[in-house]
Amino acid sequence: MNLSNLALVRYLPVETEFGFIRMRVGAFILSLALIIGSVVAFFTLGLNLGIDFRGGTAIEISTEGPADIAAVREVLTGRVPGDLQVQGFGAENEVLIRVGQVTAEEINAIEGYSAEDGAAAQQVVRQIVQAALIEAFPGIVFDRMEVISPQVSDELRVAGTIAVLVSLFLMLVYIWLRFEWQYSVGAVLALAHDVILTIGFFAVTQLQFNLPTIAAILTIVGYSMNDTVVVYDRIREMFRKYKSLPTPQVLDMAINATLSRTMLTSGTTLAALLAMALLGGPALEGFAFALIWGVGIGTYSSIFVAAPLLTVTGVRRDSGDRDD
Amino acid sequence: MLYFARWKIALILGTILLGVLFLLPNFVAEDQRFDAQGRPQGAWEYLPSNSVNLGLDLRGGSHLVFQVDMDEVRAERIVQLADDVRTVLRNQPAILTAAPAVVEDRVVVRLSRPEDMTEAMRRLQSINEPISTQMGQPGLDRTLSIQQDPDGRTIRVSITEAAFESIQRRTVTQSVEVIRRRIDATGTTEPTIVRQGDDRVLVQVPGESDPQRIIDIVGTTARMTFHMVEANVDPGPDGQGRMPPGIMAVPTEYPEEPFLAVQRRALVTGEQLVNASQGFNEAGQPAVTFRFNTSGARAFGEATAANVGRRFAIVLDDVIISAPRIRSPIMGGSGLIDGGFTVQSATDLANMLNAGALPARLTPVEQRTVSAGLGQDSIERGQTAIIIGFSLVIVFMLLAYGFFGVASTMALIINICLLLGGLSGLQATLTLPGIAGIVLTIGMAVDANVLIFERIREEYRSGRTVANAIENGYQHALSAILDANVTTFIAAAVLYMMGAGPVRGFAVTLGIGIITSVFTAFVFSRLLLAGWLRFTKPKALPM
Repeated sequence: MNLSNLALVRYLPVETEFGFIRMRVGAFILSLALIIGSVVAFFTLGLNLGIDFRGGTAIEISTEGPADIAAVREVLTGRVPGDLQVQGFGAENEVLIRVGQVTAEEINAIEGYSAEDGAAAQQVVRQIVQAALIEAFPGIVFDRMEVISPQVSDELRVAGTIAVLVSLFLMLVYIWLRFEWQYSVGAVLALAHDVILTIGFFAVTQLQFNLPTIAAILTIVGYSMNDTVVVYDRIREMFRKYKSLPTPQVLDMAINATLSRTMLTSGTTLAALLAMALLGGPALEGFAFALIWGVGIGTYSSIFVAAPLLTVTGVRRDSGDRDD
Repeated sequence: MLYFARWKIALILGTILLGVLFLLPNFVAEDQRFDAQGRPQGAWEYLPSNSVNLGLDLRGGSHLVFQVDMDEVRAERIVQLADDVRTVLRNQPAILTAAPAVVEDRVVVRLSRPEDMTEAMRRLQSINEPISTQMGQPGLDRTLSIQQDPDGRTIRVSITEAAFESIQRRTVTQSVEVIRRRIDATGTTEPTIVRQGDDRVLVQVPGESDPQRIIDIVGTTARMTFHMVEANVDPGPDGQGRMPPGIMAVPTEYPEEPFLAVQRRALVTGEQLVNASQGFNEAGQPAVTFRFNTSGARAFGEATAANVGRRFAIVLDDVIISAPRIRSPIMGGSGLIDGGFTVQSATDLANMLNAGALPARLTPVEQRTVSAGLGQDSIERGQTAIIIGFSLVIVFMLLAYGFFGVASTMALIINICLLLGGLSGLQATLTLPGIAGIVLTIGMAVDANVLIFERIREEYRSGRTVANAIENGYQHALSAILDANVTTFIAAAVLYMMGAGPVRGFAVTLGIGIITSVFTAFVFSRLLLAGWLRFTKPKALPM
């Protein structure tokens, strides 16, 4: 069998001529609407912060038979101070219990327990939950127990924010060095767009926002940048080649020339992420969904935001005539 | 770009072979690779023998971060400084002062006669020692800052920030040592105990599913002292009774007598104990047996001989755990503590006494525990995700590029081998997010190939020969590939520097994955295509 017959792309139009730049006003309006929506969602719905960022206790248990979530909730209600959440998680015999931050005073008010400070108080919550569950459900397994003190969650919040900002700044500098400042502004605006929409995605879906989420956001930043750079690289090349053509037309040509690559890479990345979301288990699910959303948004922003922004930032056509 | 010198081919194949060698141990059971003493055996003596280092979230275990309570240490140091100041000023001929008072991290002394100022300052300077540097040599900075008030009678003494930093460094280092001794005594395998930041200690114990056990071991300061009980002084039911000088009220562990009045001065301290172990008392209940060292044995023997019939109190971390009556002088230098122990708690206390007291209180500020079962489950799900993701990407590439898809599939296989081999060789920790990083790398790794293939197609369409198109395709795709991967690498590097634990594992796999992707896509697949061109001399591009 001749393998080349398999090559699907042969039957797709190889040379597309979409007018992306013509659509830029529509795209900018859409992006602006999504950004406003994300900001509104962030301030009204808020993020469902996981314990990494809000401190407290998270315990995953599994029971022998299907779990009775209502019974677990009943056993813990009243005994556990602080904000208690009990929910199904993954398989039907798995339950996730989350308790918000408690203070040492709240613990000291409970007969038989004491805590010297905030950090110790969170540990006591874990002890209370464990003791109550072992008594009520013999044979229960504690699959995962995480306890984060207020001081650590504060630090992680700051570190996470700094990480995102620092990576955006470094991207800005790198693109500046490799291209011109007009490109760098366009790229970073597109990145900020991606980050804001991803945070909006977490606000709307109320997926847990945890430390791995920061990893997901940074990966999205890296991926989207990757996409943008490929398009920019081609734009710069075509500017050198077609000196007399109007800017919008060159931009369109560059986007179209890289379009099948953009689609293929998004396709393989999404395929791998889909495998992670569906088969990787509950612990990787949220992470995978964030990345799937981010890859989609990143691909969109490279074509519809980053490239058209060059018409706004006024890129210099004669720049970079050196041939490298 | 399509001509490879012999040595280059050798270098490329050598790199791949090296990756495969580092990957190999992952397919052989650990007891085949290592002998009973943990040394590589047989052929493994000459080969890389370490498999991938699994993080605690995959192998199961407890990860705890403890905060060293430096505020308490600081407060203790100031009280001690007040003592030292008093002593040096009261030395004969004594300088008359009001009792040195501790005011906001400072010791304040008020001289009765201003004319003593020069002598007082001279004496205080004599206890102001240089801070020893980390190498143990005396440094330039001093431990104390001594200031005169303009009124000519008041002196303020405080510990300098530099001295405090050195105290903090020593406290954390000592804590790490003590914790290591204590945890080693429990027989745990491969614990990790390291300083984290300025004032924290990270403790990782694989396989420990009960974090409370580690918290109990590390969270107990285990400062033990022996004091005589003053039966004539009534501490009151709440310990608020009036205490004569040199006597203090200490809470007990048993409700019948919640407080006892004891002498402030300790007869012996835990540092004078040696060889503590778990044993049983006469009634057959678990107890801790110990021996005193020579000085401890002498001090304790003399004290018990002089006080037959009275009680002494054993104080552990400011709580009396036992207050036995002295029936006869205890001269042998050995003793026994009983006080409602279980076998486990007696063993733990004995271990702690042997390991020494912690120089400060430690509080758990972060704790993450995963059961071995969940870890195994995560590994299996991760493997499935990797295999399915890998298959999907291969199908995608074959459909898109036909024959060239085969080349990129081979590049992808080599890529995964190098990535896993690199992780094993560097002994980087593979975490659950790290597995996510591998899956993501699989998805993104083909990007470089896609860029190149698209470019080759374009060049071919514009009328070049196959060889020429391939040559140009690689050349023109290079700058985009480099720029695109550098940006992702920057994101991974930031994540590595800012992130902790599991997230760091993600950054590591992503970072290594980027390097191996560029190598396999740009170098290895080019070698493959160059070979193919040479042997088949194709007239048309098969894609």
